[in-house]
Amino acid sequence: MKNIGLNKVDLIFEKIDPKEVLIKAYKMSSAEIIQNMLDSGLKGRGGAGFPTGLKWKYTAAEKSPEKYIVCNADEGEPGTFKDREILDRASNKVHGGMAIAGKAIGAKKGIVYLRGEYRYLLPKLMHELNTFHKLIKEIGYDFNIEYRMGSGAYICGEESALFESIEGKRGEPRNKPPYPTVSGLFEKPTSINNVETLVTAMMIIKHGSKNFTQYGTKDSRGSKVFSVSGDTPTPGIFELELGMTVQQFVTEFGDGDTKAVQVGGASGFCVPRKKFAETIIGFEGVPTGGSMKLFNSSRSMYNVLHNYLDFFTEESCGQCTPCRVGCQQLLLGVEKVKKGEAKSTYLTELMKLADTMKIAAKCGLGQSVGNAFKSIVGNFREEIIY
Amino acid sequence: MINLLINDQKVSVQQGTTVLAAAKKLKINIPTLCNHDDLCVAGNCRVCVVEQKGARTLIASCATPVFEGMEIHTNTLKVRNARKHIIELLLSEHRSDCTKCYKNQNCELQALANEFAFGDHILLDLVENKKYNIDRSSPSFVKDDSKCIRCQRCVRTCAELQSVSAIAVANKGAHQKISSFHDRPMSHVVCTNCGQCVNRCPTGALVEKTYIDQVWDAIYDPDKHVVVQTAPAVRVALGEDLGYDPGERVTGKMVNALRQLGFNSVLDTDFSADLTIMEEGTELLVRLKKALVDGDKKVSLPMFTSCSPGWIKFIEHKYPEFLPNLSTCKSPQQMFGALAKTFYARKRNIDPSKIVSVSIMPCTAKKFEADRPEMRASGFKDVDYVLTTRELAVMIKQAGLDFRNLEEAKYDSIMGDSTGAAVIFGATGGVMEAALRTAYEIVTGREVPFGNLNITPVRGMEGVKEATIKIEGCVEAWKFLEGAELKVAIAHGLANANKIMKMVRDGKATYHFVEIMACPGGCIGGGGQPIPTNLKIRQKRMAAIYAEDEHKELRKSHLNPDVIAIYKEFLDQPNSHKSHELLHTHYVERDNY
Repeated sequence: MKNIGLNKVDLIFEKIDPKEVLIKAYKMSSAEIIQNMLDSGLKGRGGAGFPTGLKWKYTAAEKSPEKYIVCNADEGEPGTFKDREILDRASNKVHGGMAIAGKAIGAKKGIVYLRGEYRYLLPKLMHELNTFHKLIKEIGYDFNIEYRMGSGAYICGEESALFESIEGKRGEPRNKPPYPTVSGLFEKPTSINNVETLVTAMMIIKHGSKNFTQYGTKDSRGSKVFSVSGDTPTPGIFELELGMTVQQFVTEFGDGDTKAVQVGGASGFCVPRKKFAETIIGFEGVPTGGSMKLFNSSRSMYNVLHNYLDFFTEESCGQCTPCRVGCQQLLLGVEKVKKGEAKSTYLTELMKLADTMKIAAKCGLGQSVGNAFKSIVGNFREEIIY
Repeated sequence: MINLLINDQKVSVQQGTTVLAAAKKLKINIPTLCNHDDLCVAGNCRVCVVEQKGARTLIASCATPVFEGMEIHTNTLKVRNARKHIIELLLSEHRSDCTKCYKNQNCELQALANEFAFGDHILLDLVENKKYNIDRSSPSFVKDDSKCIRCQRCVRTCAELQSVSAIAVANKGAHQKISSFHDRPMSHVVCTNCGQCVNRCPTGALVEKTYIDQVWDAIYDPDKHVVVQTAPAVRVALGEDLGYDPGERVTGKMVNALRQLGFNSVLDTDFSADLTIMEEGTELLVRLKKALVDGDKKVSLPMFTSCSPGWIKFIEHKYPEFLPNLSTCKSPQQMFGALAKTFYARKRNIDPSKIVSVSIMPCTAKKFEADRPEMRASGFKDVDYVLTTRELAVMIKQAGLDFRNLEEAKYDSIMGDSTGAAVIFGATGGVMEAALRTAYEIVTGREVPFGNLNITPVRGMEGVKEATIKIEGCVEAWKFLEGAELKVAIAHGLANANKIMKMVRDGKATYHFVEIMACPGGCIGGGGQPIPTNLKIRQKRMAAIYAEDEHKELRKSHLNPDVIAIYKEFLDQPNSHKSHELLHTHYVERDNY
């Protein structure tokens, strides 16, 4: 197992001249930009990790006079707050990344879907957007960006639910296929990318894909921004090279008493102390959209799990059976086991139910409820029962 | 063509076909729940999940299109376990008081449970911990949220087929529910009571409000004289609830059954349908005369039919500015009701206060219509109880009748005679055809120029139909119509009605006469008809309606002897003062939310 250690990187917040990068991008063909992304190995930074180059390639291949590039800024995963920081400090690169993506896929229109709770950022973002639009005009390119606000639903971070929301409908995931690259926003080919992905894409254009591939591992190229929270003396935003183990992470950020790390938020995985050393943070191990939550021995993992299940029971859109009812069953189930109203063996039944949710739910939300449930119950069974 | 393998069997289907449809072609049955032939794909119940080779998750076969080389397995252990879980999950949020439920043995969830999730249930009961709303505010149906499994068929029905959206999805997660605007009671929203949602609800969450017990009480009350009328579309659908295939005509057996149930007089809404043609046809001709000869600018054209109470409530909510365009004629049910407690009572020498008037309707909106305050022209509630086709089937079963072996019987006299023109009221285009058969003859003295009186351009399942009839060779009194082209249109299903209304409102269509029925296919697809429903079933019922017409000796309303008699003895002439008193009504503007 390659172990690259913990290295801090400064890519996302690096000061650049956006004009210079954009001019460079506009001199490239669509295919060249996409090839750069493919070569870089960049995977989506929202959590799911779909290769960005492929997404752009598929969208570019669609023949449609109208296409969209949508920036998913509905950062709602519990414990994730890196997009807020990026939007606050580097929105010129978010806008720039969208313009580059637009050039790559052939879209003249970009939409940022901003988390409702981040509304306070709007005045600053509008000011930055104004500057960006002037810059784009100056360069002589036709591309504009518009902001749309979310209203507080976690599910609207799911790409197709996000489209529904922008279209003014109830935020519910769609059936796939068709995928957004074929039929996305307003049924037009759409590339939807996370805030950080777009910024990273711009930096790849600036520095070249080779520069990017020197960081990270084969499956997890480059660096990414982590949101560190929980029982840590140093909570905050940190850009780190991908490929470190949880142990290395805990050594840097732990309080000396870390018993578990929840990697990837409520929809992610709980890594217990005994697996710190063998678990790599990245797509070959536990992937994360950035959320890293540390728990020390004073924490009850039952409370942690209960909190997540409560969250999902509330935030499921309620559309599909496995997610809507499954979440309620898991929540009520662990409560009953804790109270002694159900046998501890009932947890085994709930584990099977979580497996079904993983393969039968309609969207990523329902499919990932089982991640937290199975990893917490699997590793801290006694804390759930007693 | 796309080639794929399902359970190792090869199948070729058109591009865009779903896995579910491809499996059906191989006669492989995949269970479904939220899926419905009449509605768009939802893919939310997940009952139809199957395994696709190479896919990370199971896929919903109803929502996934096929691709070349796809390999599907519909019955693996993985699929079976997931399906069992899903059905158990649905059961856990569904109040399963099956033995007390109106839909017992006619419930799709129950059928799935019997097949896939019998025995001990592992999951916890979620119903006991929740507060559910049971909405009994509508006179037509009951909405019991504790039985709702959120398949959203009702929501899609209301939006897609009816363009009403009285119900929609509210809240999320565990609190998700199907609700109305601001959770108002169903009686206080745009709901038209059409019952199309009731027809498509897989469980007992949406059922008609039943009046079976009240009707039994009346029948067994020696003081009461109970008359019953049967709507045209009932006779071609009732059989489906009694073991017949769709499209069987059971008119004679139904009449006999009603007599056996104990109704004192078994009469026919078809009689008042014929009467409606006389009244409505005359009204149309009068409006045309006023507009064409007198140059009266205040005459509202096009004139819209008024037989369908779902449509009436729709226009009252959505297009109140067009209420003057509605024919003032009551629906056949209400004409019948008003006459039962006046003309019929007098003829039979019965105290009208002792008459209980029951109607058997393919419709849930008729229950609302009978309750309207305008519908008391006789001095009493004109129609006391409205039962759906389904409720009649229940009564026949309760009475233990061997329906299949019943002799055919004939309607009683006075208001029991009818013509073929009346029976086709049950299908979309039927009122138009019946009206044309009579009006054309009044104006020209000749029969409509269509073979065997079958006005085929107004028939069929197309959502919006248009036709133009040139009027030539008018008799003296109607000379002003000579050479005129009568433009008519027909819509069924309120989504189609909405299309016509938009065209009329925007001045994009100039019709003289428009027939609108709230339900798909007309009354044959009514909200009170046997469940299930789909296009094929409705087409079979429709064919039966036209067969019933062909088999009638008389096929033009103005030849109905009972109708001729009632004008002679009681009403004087169409649109007379007496007619207006008893057979015509007015409408009210309603809120649009």
